[in-house]
Amino acid sequence: MANDIILRTRGLTREFKGFVAVEDVDLEIHRGTIHALIGPNGAGKTTCFNLLTKFLVPTRGQIIYKDRDITAAPPAAVARMGLVRSFQISAVFPNLTALENVRVALQRERGESFDFWRSKSVLDKWNDRALALLEDVGLTEFAYTPAVNLAYGRKRALEIATTLALDPEMLLLDEPMAGMGHEDIDRVAALIKKVSAKRTILMVEHNLSVVSDLSDRITVLTRGRVLAEGDYAAVSSDPRVQQAYMGSGH
Amino acid sequence: MTAATDVLAPAAAPAPRRRDFEVVFALMAALLVAAPFVVYPVFLMQALCFALFACAFNLLIGYVGLLSFGHAMFLGSAGYVSAHAAKEWGVTPELAILLGVLTSGAIGLVVGALAIRRQGIYFAMITLALSQMIYFFCLQAPFTHGEDGIQSVPRGKLFGVLDLADNMTMYFFVLAVFLGGFLLIYRIIHSPFGQVLKAIRENEPRAISLGYSVDRYKLAAFVMSAALAGLAGATKSLALQNASLTDVHWSMSGEVVLMTLIGGLGTMFGPVVGAFVIIAMLNYLAQFGQWVLVIQGVIFVVCVLAFRRGVVGEIGALIRREL
Repeated sequence: MANDIILRTRGLTREFKGFVAVEDVDLEIHRGTIHALIGPNGAGKTTCFNLLTKFLVPTRGQIIYKDRDITAAPPAAVARMGLVRSFQISAVFPNLTALENVRVALQRERGESFDFWRSKSVLDKWNDRALALLEDVGLTEFAYTPAVNLAYGRKRALEIATTLALDPEMLLLDEPMAGMGHEDIDRVAALIKKVSAKRTILMVEHNLSVVSDLSDRITVLTRGRVLAEGDYAAVSSDPRVQQAYMGSGH
Repeated sequence: MTAATDVLAPAAAPAPRRRDFEVVFALMAALLVAAPFVVYPVFLMQALCFALFACAFNLLIGYVGLLSFGHAMFLGSAGYVSAHAAKEWGVTPELAILLGVLTSGAIGLVVGALAIRRQGIYFAMITLALSQMIYFFCLQAPFTHGEDGIQSVPRGKLFGVLDLADNMTMYFFVLAVFLGGFLLIYRIIHSPFGQVLKAIRENEPRAISLGYSVDRYKLAAFVMSAALAGLAGATKSLALQNASLTDVHWSMSGEVVLMTLIGGLGTMFGPVVGAFVIIAMLNYLAQFGQWVLVIQGVIFVVCVLAFRRGVVGEIGALIRREL
């Protein structure tokens, strides 16, 4: 099962008016692993991420998720198939409490209901599950705090709890450590590790120490192409990778 | 260290917020029951209808984050339909009001379906443009009697039994309609549906990424707001016994924004307070003629500069309660 491929791309290409941002990228993400996508600035990581999350349409190539071609599927449909993305800017509902934030996701189980005549106390049946999710990310004591009052790292944790409420099979994380201090990085890194137990994670990340700690497999992009792939030791000792990073001023 | 950056200490499980609402609501209801024995009932009826109108408007701006700049079209068109039905067809008041509400709800469905495709200022502009179309329709259509409006609308007998000609009886009918509408809005806001609306207001892309078809939620809220504004307009045309172009004019759409802002956007009781303040000013400052507008403008500027959350919003922030 470990070698089972959950998400793969074939010849994924995206051009912007004469500029090729992503060219012929073949990715294979194995089920149950944490896979990192790294590369110097302008390497096409973000474009690649947006292609996978369906926020951009590829010029050429195919995206196959669980043996189904999702190249043409709309983002919402992909989300319902269990492939859920996070946002780089923390995406919480600021004036709802942490508990309510998570419950909005859990509430989706009711389908798209428009029952405006019912009291919201019918949502209380999700409180236990919401609290359990908050506990998983270490936010138990902040359950009744409005999200806007949480520190940045905790907002990220809350976002992860909300995403997990949808019970996704695969998570796409867009620079989960962006803008964080050391302490928050450790917290969120531990969280990602924990969350990955039953799931597959693909993340774009700048912080190389985080990448080395977390990832089972790393793909290095430069100039829109795959430069190298392998575990951290193999990738970091690859002279071409060192060249690419040195060359771009890192 | 991170704990220190949290603005608030971890909050305990919330005190039952409903209690606050129930106390303030009871207080408001008691005041309104006693009021007609002190204040001229017709003035109160007018204020109550505008209060309901502002509450309906606030449902959209305060809880979905949609600024409609054409809400007068719902108030006015429902008023015309009810007035016409009561006067020309001689239907009972409850039926006349129902017809008005259905009309504004239907207009809301069409306008909403067009407007929610755009956001922010474009949404406001589309609602304004469409409400101007309704205005010109009301100006030209024969049944509205153009500049004259529909005058001396009979109040009729409620359910064919209760004669509403008496101001006191009519007042308590209007009060019942207002309180009913107010409680319905409270229910909508505090329903599972309302919870999704708030999520959309707070972060629309995130709500989409959680799998909600936000456009359908927005449209549903828009139609509800339109129908409730229509309820206010229909009741008002019977209470004041006329329907005129004032109620469909764009300046009325501005007035309701003013009421909501002064009272407190996104608070339950704010629009009620705001409506009473504005209507009282219009009535009691009438002796100053055109100066009323200047005074209104000054109050508005002071409000925006000094207490941005509105009267009720500021009080709520002071006592740390959600009103």
